[in-house]
Amino acid sequence: MLKRSLIAVATATLALGICTTANAGSRLDAVKARGQLVCGVNTGLAGFALADSTGKWTGIDVDLCRAIAASMFGDAEKVRYVPLNTQQRFTALQTGEVDILSRNTTWTLTRDTQQGLNFAATLYYDGQGFMVAKKLGVKSAKELDGAAVCVQPGTTTELNLADYFRANNMKFKPVVIENLQEVNAAFFAGRCDVLTTDASGLAAILTKDAPNKGADHVILPELISKEPLGPAVAQGDEQWIDIVRWTIFALLEAEEYGISSTNVEQLAKDTTNPNIARILGKTPGMGKAIGLPEDWVVRAVKAVGNYGQMWDRHIKPLGLPRGLNNLWNKGGLMYAPPIR
Amino acid sequence: MTVVSEPKGASPPRRRSFYDKDVQAIVWQAVFLCVVVAIGWFLYRNTMQNLAARNIKTGFDFLGSEAGFEIGETLIAYSPAANYTRALAVGFLNTLQVAIIGIVLATLLGIAVGIGSLSKNWLVAKLTAGYIHFLRNIPVLLQIVLWYTILISERFLPGPRQAEAFLGIFATQRGVYFPVPQAHAGWTAALVGFLLAAVALTLMSRWNAQRREDTGTARSLFLPGVALLMGVPFLAWALNGAPTAIDWPTLRGFNLSGGARITPEFAAVLFGLTVYTSAFIGEIVRSGIMAVPKGQTEAARALGLKPSVILRKVILPQAMRVIVPPLTSQYLNLTKNSSLSVAVGYPDLVNVANTTINQTGQAIEGVTIIMIVYLVTSLATSAFMNWYNERIALVER
Repeated sequence: MLKRSLIAVATATLALGICTTANAGSRLDAVKARGQLVCGVNTGLAGFALADSTGKWTGIDVDLCRAIAASMFGDAEKVRYVPLNTQQRFTALQTGEVDILSRNTTWTLTRDTQQGLNFAATLYYDGQGFMVAKKLGVKSAKELDGAAVCVQPGTTTELNLADYFRANNMKFKPVVIENLQEVNAAFFAGRCDVLTTDASGLAAILTKDAPNKGADHVILPELISKEPLGPAVAQGDEQWIDIVRWTIFALLEAEEYGISSTNVEQLAKDTTNPNIARILGKTPGMGKAIGLPEDWVVRAVKAVGNYGQMWDRHIKPLGLPRGLNNLWNKGGLMYAPPIR
Repeated sequence: MTVVSEPKGASPPRRRSFYDKDVQAIVWQAVFLCVVVAIGWFLYRNTMQNLAARNIKTGFDFLGSEAGFEIGETLIAYSPAANYTRALAVGFLNTLQVAIIGIVLATLLGIAVGIGSLSKNWLVAKLTAGYIHFLRNIPVLLQIVLWYTILISERFLPGPRQAEAFLGIFATQRGVYFPVPQAHAGWTAALVGFLLAAVALTLMSRWNAQRREDTGTARSLFLPGVALLMGVPFLAWALNGAPTAIDWPTLRGFNLSGGARITPEFAAVLFGLTVYTSAFIGEIVRSGIMAVPKGQTEAARALGLKPSVILRKVILPQAMRVIVPPLTSQYLNLTKNSSLSVAVGYPDLVNVANTTINQTGQAIEGVTIIMIVYLVTSLATSAFMNWYNERIALVER
């Protein structure tokens, strides 16, 4: 009798154990088995995710997925990109259609809690801005009373916009169009006085989409909101979110310790700095802890460079200052917890 | 279930066996119902369990919380401080607005096109045939986007600051602004008066028709009709203070304000739906008219009726019996196609519901609301059209 119940308890515990392990490692195992990371990205936003004429994606959101793929498979190309609009993005992640949503998405409380998402870390500190035609002669967002405003639906932008005008006792008429290209086209055709989205997005639109190379339009100085943009994963998989989160931290740590795509292999062989040795796996332990090969950071940095290199490659050409996105020791907010 | 009646007094009542046709029918239907309910229950439970496992909020309590987003055009009072229910109601009313106006315009245009395509005039017949074949073969989404591109383009219409008024009307790339009477009790009274006059006129014409049946003579109702429809509202207006103040659209800041406005989003959706559907209605009208036997026309002509009277009194009433059922489908199509508004940002039900889904993350609830609203609207439309169809159906004696 006692023996039988002991066996039952043991079996139950074992089953529970297997269940939880399988559950915790499920996304990582699934991606490994598939041999490919499925990454939800923007439908086309310069600096973050934009496909060229040959279908090759570039941008910092894309680079994050490349870094994760590189650290898992040693090959940054093992990523399938799924372009998602603002309406599709959360559903795609909730249903497991994508492994990670790396799509300039603002981290908010409701999204992080009741929408079934988990934000890993902030990849880009942004704020919402306004773009207007120069010929309007507007100098400040406070002068926008009565304006027609072009905006994309289902964004924090849409809510901030209503909040800002309410707070300043101004009125506006929204023109809400789902497709980013369509909403830009409506703005440049003159349907709206103002186009609003994150300041980085405005800079990208001004550089890439505006007529006359952006000479006729101007971005107003005010930022009306905090928009911490970062990757999100589905809730309930601790190991997977750790991988995403610590990949970002590793890219930041790499910049902080001067590890770049050019010197990473050499440093991994003959560094004497114990911090760098730990990050790059010369002193083993970190890879095992996170469930990746010991040289995970080497692979990631070799593929996409450190955070500063990503920035210089994708965001700098848009003419945006580094500002809040500088490292903490250079006056910015980018602060990675130690890898140890 | 059909019950086959047996010849009376043929055999004594027997016990129903399991192999009886009626018993089997009931058993199979019960089994089928159970299976459907079981599948439904399984899907519901599975969804709920998975949503809970993924920590996604469920339920409809979001409907009471503040929406927080602005909507471009509203028929009822709305502000971002209103709740989601109100936002969805705004979207639904916008859907109804574009669908009802679209149905009326598409019907008128479709009848004209349908009659035109049967014209003996070669040019008219070919032009209308070309209209039908060209427009009904281009996807309606493309037509809506094309209209929108034209309506907001600076090449065709000026910006609000450059626009010149014509009779107080501004046609700009931000929409058409036109003057309207300033809100006043006198205008409300005039509207009520007009409606009452219309009801009175309907009753009079019925009475007149009955008189013609009974006595063979009838009075023309044209002059009394005009007097009623013009006089009653005028009197109501004059007795309630005779307001003359007009709300003129004027340039204030960035945009024109005052007056009434038709936005390019609304116009693009309306034009696209109207023109596309009218091509189908034209074909339906043509087929309906051609279904009326030629002998009817010949008989009417032999009685000495004028061609216009033949069309109105002989052909169209008979053609309607063929036209109405497929016309109902077109009305339903037009209403459902109005969800393509999303492409140009007209804030219809789907547009508002999409935003709601995205802000709350409750896709299943949002889609359920969309489905129920469209289902109810469509069923109401077809119920009305079926009633109308029965009314005009051939009464066989």
